Amino acid sequence: MDDFVLKVNGAEHRARASGNETLLSVLRNQLHLTGTKYGCGEGQCGACTVLIDGAATRSCLTRVASVQGTQITTIEGLESNGALSSVQQAFLDEDAFQCGYCTSGMILSATALLREHPHPTDRQIVEYMDGNICRCGTYPRITAAIKRAAQLQEKGRADHASR
Amino acid sequence: MPVDELTLELAQPEIRDRLHWFQLDRRDFLKLCGGGLLVCLASPSASAQESGHGPRDHELPREVSAWVHVDEAGKITIFTGKVEVGQNIRTSLAQLVAEELRVPFNAITMVMGDTDLTPWDMGTFGSRSTPTMGPQLRTMASTARQMLVEAAAQRWKADPSTLTVADGRVTNPNDGQSLTYGEITRGEKLTQTVSGDPPLTTASDWKIAGTALPKADARDFVSGRHQYPSDTMRPNLMFGKILRPAGFNATLVSLDTSAAEKMPAIRVVRDGDFVGVVAEDPSIAEVALSAIQVKWNVPAQISNKELFDYLRNNPDSAGAGPQHNSGSVAHAMAAADVKVEQHYTVQYIAHAPLEPRAAVAEWNGDKLTVWTGTQRPFGVRDELAEMFRIPVTKVRVIMPDMGSGYGGKHTGECAVEAARLAKAAGKPVKVVWTREEEFTWAYFRPAGWVEIRSDVLHDGTLVAWEHHNYNSGPSGINTPYNVANQAIQFHPTKSPLRQGSYRGLAATANHIARESHMDELANAIGMDPLEFRLKNLSDPRLRAVLQAAAERFGWGRSKSTPDLGFGIAGGTEKGGYVASCVEVEMNSTTKKVRLRRIVEAWESGAIVNPDGLRNQVMGAVVQAIGGALFETIQFKDGRILNPHFALYRVPRFSDTPEIDVVLIDRKDLPSAGAGKTGIVGLAPAVSNAIFSATGTRLREMPMAVAAI
Repeated sequence: MDDFVLKVNGAEHRARASGNETLLSVLRNQLHLTGTKYGCGEGQCGACTVLIDGAATRSCLTRVASVQGTQITTIEGLESNGALSSVQQAFLDEDAFQCGYCTSGMILSATALLREHPHPTDRQIVEYMDGNICRCGTYPRITAAIKRAAQLQEKGRADHASR
Repeated sequence: MPVDELTLELAQPEIRDRLHWFQLDRRDFLKLCGGGLLVCLASPSASAQESGHGPRDHELPREVSAWVHVDEAGKITIFTGKVEVGQNIRTSLAQLVAEELRVPFNAITMVMGDTDLTPWDMGTFGSRSTPTMGPQLRTMASTARQMLVEAAAQRWKADPSTLTVADGRVTNPNDGQSLTYGEITRGEKLTQTVSGDPPLTTASDWKIAGTALPKADARDFVSGRHQYPSDTMRPNLMFGKILRPAGFNATLVSLDTSAAEKMPAIRVVRDGDFVGVVAEDPSIAEVALSAIQVKWNVPAQISNKELFDYLRNNPDSAGAGPQHNSGSVAHAMAAADVKVEQHYTVQYIAHAPLEPRAAVAEWNGDKLTVWTGTQRPFGVRDELAEMFRIPVTKVRVIMPDMGSGYGGKHTGECAVEAARLAKAAGKPVKVVWTREEEFTWAYFRPAGWVEIRSDVLHDGTLVAWEHHNYNSGPSGINTPYNVANQAIQFHPTKSPLRQGSYRGLAATANHIARESHMDELANAIGMDPLEFRLKNLSDPRLRAVLQAAAERFGWGRSKSTPDLGFGIAGGTEKGGYVASCVEVEMNSTTKKVRLRRIVEAWESGAIVNPDGLRNQVMGAVVQAIGGALFETIQFKDGRILNPHFALYRVPRFSDTPEIDVVLIDRKDLPSAGAGKTGIVGLAPAVSNAIFSATGTRLREMPMAVAAI
């Protein structure tokens, strides 16, 4: 067992774990950040997606020892001052979920996608998001939410520029 | 067909086939069974009848207070044993209640699936929530409203019929006095019982029901705040792992837990063949589990290769299933113009809900509380009571809105495991199944073999129809088409794998067979598949969805080519009517099919929430793509060979085409459930579309497109 300091959502957290323990397990069971979900433990479903220095990463395959000194963002860290992020807002507006279990991973993957491609094409959305499973089958709504988020972000940038 | 719907729903084999039976302590055993000792010994599966108090013995409470509570601030709490698994009934049922109570939607809080707080409920399956719980709650809400009006009238010494109600407030228009619901009840119970049928608001007058209100608590789902069963935390929570047999029907040969027991802060629990470990951390529990030395004897068992021979040759000992006969098929066959005889198959498939089974169990003295994801909280309560030989009053099951089920979470095995470990550990224990466990130790949608023989005249008149389903089930087996001579039979068989409910159940297999076969007949006599269906169909609701789908799709506007095909299929089950039109693109180089476009028309009576309904129907279509094109459980010798998402392919973004959902709102008809039947049309429509492009008919699901 080792002591780790993790920077999650802008705050430092201490965790005691074996270095082989997954980031997912530490987030959920030690830091009680349960918005990040276990879906398969094999990097096949995307439910556990978090951002590590901005990059969408499967926390179920990430050893906790490997992420010290990085900036980790989970679903709990996307809101700022009580306001949802544009991607969260777009998922809400499009009602882009049913049971919602995949939603955290979808939102974080989509957040990373829009950072890379602010105006993603349908093909880019499919390619980027294909590792995230929604068993309820809300893919068309998620695609619509991603496009709406792109518009919201564009509007945000325009508003910012005109200020 | 004289088959009781309830009987069919209750014939759920997953409930009978339990994973665990704990060793019986003789003293406890006698206490439990008393005079019924022999019965208990002979038939553990009597539990299928829920420990002697089957659903038919449960009377739903008639007291309004069991269902509706109004607090002093006018906040309204509704209690129902139904559960929210993503199908949106937390929202749609609240809309129906708000409508009858004349209160804003956000005044309602739904308490669902908590066995200590809500009235008994059989479970959330079979598309029953909207048609049965909807009217139940509307009746209670309507009665509550009348009580509130009468209470206000008494206080004012006014004639109740002169008072008006709106927005959670009773008003006397004569003198302008008004009271909120909270001021009327002052938090007291609504003590009246319901008698007769109070008037319900007709759908054409709905103002809150029938509208596209967003999902209740939606913000919690996009912010990660919602607590799923697997997120449940308790003080001093421990984590459990279960030692799984090396295969189905395995027997334990040898077991050595000494290495695991020597590990610090590990507790090994053994009860008969049940072996589990408890630790402070799930990863430590996993290490301890892998330190256990175990040998299993797994008998040789059949594989996918022998599956359909097995199903046709191993009738269930319980006897024949429901059948329907009319006219004389044999007689009609002799005189018909064109005969077609074919068989169709579906494989075992997995529900694979993204949240696997999960439970947290906590004992306080002899009282057990379990938070778990299940579609049958009361069934799981009874299962726990039976397993631990305690009265049901000592068990509370709480079902936080879970990460879906699709018919796959009817059983309590994970709750039982957590409770067994918690009992030994003396602390609350959480068990979350791994994906591999979920793919292996849950249960599957039944595989099935369906045979159809039919006769048709050259003018397109169906004259005879014989339909036999082996194993997959009788749901949706009857043809909606007009055929004078019918012989339809479900044949229950033994199943090599643990099987049970699944969204749509056998209606999917029966529709695949029937709607593919209808296409084959249309082709055999050279008639357009839609025209052929309509010629033999009088049910106006099924006709309406077929025509609506065809119109939106532009059916018949383009001719199929070797690269591009068009298919149509439709059907009805559980009061839902569906028609699917599909456009497929065949790639002769990659040997792949791509779905280009789907139109799905849907009608299930008066729509309670059009946005939620559209979401459900679209989701059913997407889920159906898996069973149609690639989902199969591969098994051999009691082992699942593909228990991972890397090996068991489910529909993803890249499989999902443009889907256009056409909703027909029949405000004149009662609302039916919509969770299931939307799944049945897609697979046969895809098969029919592939045939229209290639001339090859694929009758085995998933379709072997590469073999064309």
